[in-house]
Amino acid sequence: MELLERAHRIREHIVDMCAGEEGGHLGGSMSLVEILVALYFAVLRVDPRAPDDPGRDLLLLSKGHGAIGLYATLAERGFFPVEELAGYATPGSRLMGHPVRAVPGVELPSGSLGHGLALANGLALGARLDGLDRRCYVVLGDGELQEGSVWEAAMAAASLGLERLVAVVDRNGLQITGPTERAIALEPLAGRWAAFGWAVREVDGHDLAALVDLLGRVPAEPGRPTMVIAHTVKGKGLPFVEGRPHSHYARLGERQHQRALAVLAAQRRRAAT
Amino acid sequence: MSRAAHPAQDRSAREAYRDLLLELMAGDPRLCCLDSDTGLFNGADLSPAGDRYVNLGIAEHNLLGMAAGLAAAGKLPYVNTMATFATTRALEVLKVDIAYNNLPVRIAATHGGLAAGHLGPTHHALEDLAVTRALPNLTVVVPADAAQAAEAVRQTLELPGPLYLRLGRNPTPPLDAAAPPFRLGAAQRLRDGDDLVIVACGPHPVLAATQASDTLAAMGVGAAVLNLHTLKPLDTAALAAAAAGGRPVVTVEEHWRSGGLGSAVAETLAELAPTRVARIGMPDRFVDEVGGQEHLLDHYEINDVTVVANALRLLSEPDPSGGNLSEHAAVPGV
Repeated sequence: MELLERAHRIREHIVDMCAGEEGGHLGGSMSLVEILVALYFAVLRVDPRAPDDPGRDLLLLSKGHGAIGLYATLAERGFFPVEELAGYATPGSRLMGHPVRAVPGVELPSGSLGHGLALANGLALGARLDGLDRRCYVVLGDGELQEGSVWEAAMAAASLGLERLVAVVDRNGLQITGPTERAIALEPLAGRWAAFGWAVREVDGHDLAALVDLLGRVPAEPGRPTMVIAHTVKGKGLPFVEGRPHSHYARLGERQHQRALAVLAAQRRRAAT
Repeated sequence: MSRAAHPAQDRSAREAYRDLLLELMAGDPRLCCLDSDTGLFNGADLSPAGDRYVNLGIAEHNLLGMAAGLAAAGKLPYVNTMATFATTRALEVLKVDIAYNNLPVRIAATHGGLAAGHLGPTHHALEDLAVTRALPNLTVVVPADAAQAAEAVRQTLELPGPLYLRLGRNPTPPLDAAAPPFRLGAAQRLRDGDDLVIVACGPHPVLAATQASDTLAAMGVGAAVLNLHTLKPLDTAALAAAAAGGRPVVTVEEHWRSGGLGSAVAETLAELAPTRVARIGMPDRFVDEVGGQEHLLDHYEINDVTVVANALRLLSEPDPSGGNLSEHAAVPGV
């Protein structure tokens, strides 16, 4: 199955989960889709039949509120049955609102922001000490970059020269209250990471081919960790929420749910022609 | 009853930890040492550690987060930082990334209690035991001397989960050579006695407890002493057995009176062996007195004198209140 079709299916799963009783983090999951598809279906050396293989590549979703995007991707990748997604956030399910280790394929839990990069540093350092060539990827939110702990970890990664570490920022430009730049400004974002000693690359975060190409080149520059700033659209795929802060968390009613699925179906048909 | 001079056999727990860790690292490639500019390893021969000793600078969130990542990658990271930074500054990392994941990170927390002395409340850790004791999966150990710190490191080497090891800063005297061996998770009985029980943890409180027991013995009062070095998991059976029959209990610790050893003992005994408990510890205030650790311990009445006074009061009076002398005007000083 081609990557584009995976992205379509994952978007449908996300919409379905947001139509459940608890709703879900819609916008920041929809913006993530191509990043996760590129990683799980083209870049990461992982095997759902051997999820604990010591040589596997590692991925942490530091923006844990993208959980439904991650769950949908892991299910599509074969880590657990797609049917299980229907139980999201319901009693008895292991699919919690933020990623938990009980879900096959989830390396470490997340939810509180600003934790993932330091964890990835540790994973990358551990691999280096053991002489493994595994790569460590961590996906961050852009609002998350307001956490000071991210910059502690950014300094450490560059200082240690963790060149098998790749951080991807889902730069959808929005946080709960509105644009990141109107809360605590992040720009000049690329310049900041470069100044911290990272190899910085920018990409259209919905361009699957470009993402696959970029994310597979590790290291982008020898001796440096790589920062990929993926420019995305919050709520991508649903015109009635795209680029709107209120898409951050949504519980879709029946009408909205059907409308969303119809919009996605139309996009799939267009892509096929 | 402060001890001004430190005899030659006095040794700091943190130095004992450092020396043993380097020795263990030489033969075990799983062991890593993450430092945070503490200076503890300055001058030490780091060659046994090789590239597994890393100084991560002054950044405790990254420090604990990286330790969790290393542990998830199969390493056994030993983290050096001050107790207050590990348990308050970086508490969320300790909770979420280390305790929640139940990863084998070992936190060597120096400057526990009032060990930072004149450096003041920013460097004191008087809440660390309350905080760590509350976290699931964490093992919490407060060694009473340098040898015990080393033994705690040895006995937790293969511990599958995380460890909080509270170390001091300054040299402290060794426990009696006759003391029974340290066993992780088991109360260490340092004195026998049938009239009451004194429970302590940490070098100075344990010393105060044994000194108080000896003073009481000379007065004809038998005071058992339990060194409750492992605060989590707590040896509730030993506590309940010691207090059986309503024997009164005095606790003494270098920690605020709420949430630490005294609280753990009171909670346990309320459920398993109800009796009267007097808790001696730091009063509910920040240190506002300038001085070294031992001066502060005396100033805030965390010493053998207070233990003796509370023991005698519990044995003679029905007054249910207890604790530091100055907080209870009815209890005369000794």
